[in-house]
Amino acid sequence: MARAARLARALLVPALALVAWEAVSRAGWVSPLVLPAPSRVILRWLAYAAPVAPFDPAGGSRLAWAFSGELPRDALASLVRVAGGFAIGAGLALPLGLLMGARPVVHDLMNPVVQVLRPIPPIAYIPLAILWFGLGNPPAFFLISLGAFFPVLVNTIAGVRNVDSIYLRAARNLGAGEWTLFRRVMVPAAMPYILAGVRVGIGVAFIVVIVAEMIAVNSGLGYRILEAREYFWSDKVIAGMASIGIAGLGIDLAMSRLNGWLLRWHRGMDA
Amino acid sequence: MIRARGVGKVFRAREGEVVALDGIDLDVAPGELVCLLGPSGCGKSTLLNAVAGFSLPTSGTIEVDGRPVTGPGPDRAMVFQEYALFPWMTVAANVAFGLEVRGDPPARIRERVDGLLGTLGLREFRDRFPKDLSGGMRQRVAIARALAIDSPVLLMDEPFGALDALTRRNLQDELLRIWAQLRKTILFVTHGIEESIYLADRVVVMTYRPGTVKRIVPVTLSRPRDPSAPEFNALEREVAALVTEEQARHVRAEAAGAG
Repeated sequence: MARAARLARALLVPALALVAWEAVSRAGWVSPLVLPAPSRVILRWLAYAAPVAPFDPAGGSRLAWAFSGELPRDALASLVRVAGGFAIGAGLALPLGLLMGARPVVHDLMNPVVQVLRPIPPIAYIPLAILWFGLGNPPAFFLISLGAFFPVLVNTIAGVRNVDSIYLRAARNLGAGEWTLFRRVMVPAAMPYILAGVRVGIGVAFIVVIVAEMIAVNSGLGYRILEAREYFWSDKVIAGMASIGIAGLGIDLAMSRLNGWLLRWHRGMDA
Repeated sequence: MIRARGVGKVFRAREGEVVALDGIDLDVAPGELVCLLGPSGCGKSTLLNAVAGFSLPTSGTIEVDGRPVTGPGPDRAMVFQEYALFPWMTVAANVAFGLEVRGDPPARIRERVDGLLGTLGLREFRDRFPKDLSGGMRQRVAIARALAIDSPVLLMDEPFGALDALTRRNLQDELLRIWAQLRKTILFVTHGIEESIYLADRVVVMTYRPGTVKRIVPVTLSRPRDPSAPEFNALEREVAALVTEEQARHVRAEAAGAG
């Protein structure tokens, strides 16, 4: 009962906003080109999501057909780019961060470069990315990995440097050598920081993928909303934006679940 | 077993040098339980950390089992006041850590861990994480982890300081039982006068800054000791008088520092 009441309260403001928006559009106060009614956006979204051709048993399975619409293919293209770019960015940031966190010499050598490059937004690399990698997926992967790289790097360094020395002392006392200390104490102790960085990194990767798709490629959610704008399909623009929002929320919820499980040992990670 | 000769430790602080330990001579026989007692700032934890090898003395020598101490090692297992359990490991994994580091075969590790969890009454907690345990239970896990590696020497740094009185007495009895069974050499740091007399064969009372050995008080009362017995109380008064002198020096030094 309390759950239902809380759900109702959570949905109240969005529902009212949608009703008001629908009313404003229906009353004809604004051009549907500027602000299409939510009902039109939803219809457009359904058309965007639905398969283009009727089901043909000769063409393959029903499941493949159900996902043959424009939206599922765009969403998949964007998610593959996020996953690939993030894997490259985090895959480079994690070992470097662990090394910089654990070895002051490496930190002193690398930190100035990191601090100078870190504030440059990945978006600013677009001209160079196109010069270096041309058009298509390579510049997109480059930009996304760049976006994921720094949050993961900075958090990993902080995580390793903030490992409570009592754990190191306890492990040394029990006979742990340097490698065991690193692998079994420093890395897990730094994990809350690292995962926080991963979550931020995925968020940035998701922002960058949309931008990259607007510039360099012709598929994906970012490309689609820019394409819709060319035709003044504002309902499709909004439908695309909503899809980006839902995908982003889905990724963040999944990450949050994963964090909760990986950090189940951590204080305050219950519930 | 433990042999300290002329041990001194000087810390360099902003306001100059602080002599934490000066000319400490101490012998702990195999199987003996010795308490280091004194007010905070008397260097008792510094001395323990020197024996553990975490922070080596600036002068003098410490030998354990005839070998000079040059760093931390599994021949001197430590139990910390803050437990220092690895929070990302379950109770069983914490106890197994030292054995895995040593490279014991998995079957033997499991057997040994099971045995220790049984000894310390932790069997039904084996798959819990430390955050789900009470302070007393955590310290039991820490003791099990230290016992696992079977070191001849056990170093304990105010291990029961953060526990409530009942849990503390409970763990003190547990420690005495384990000690009687395994005949470990135990060096136990405390600021509890009653605790030191309840546990120790000998109580080493230390002076406040620089930390030196003020007096070594042998405790010959038979175990189990009764803290309400007249002999216990007489000894407690004697030791309390020694500690109070040092506590007064501590208070004066703090007042002088503040003024």
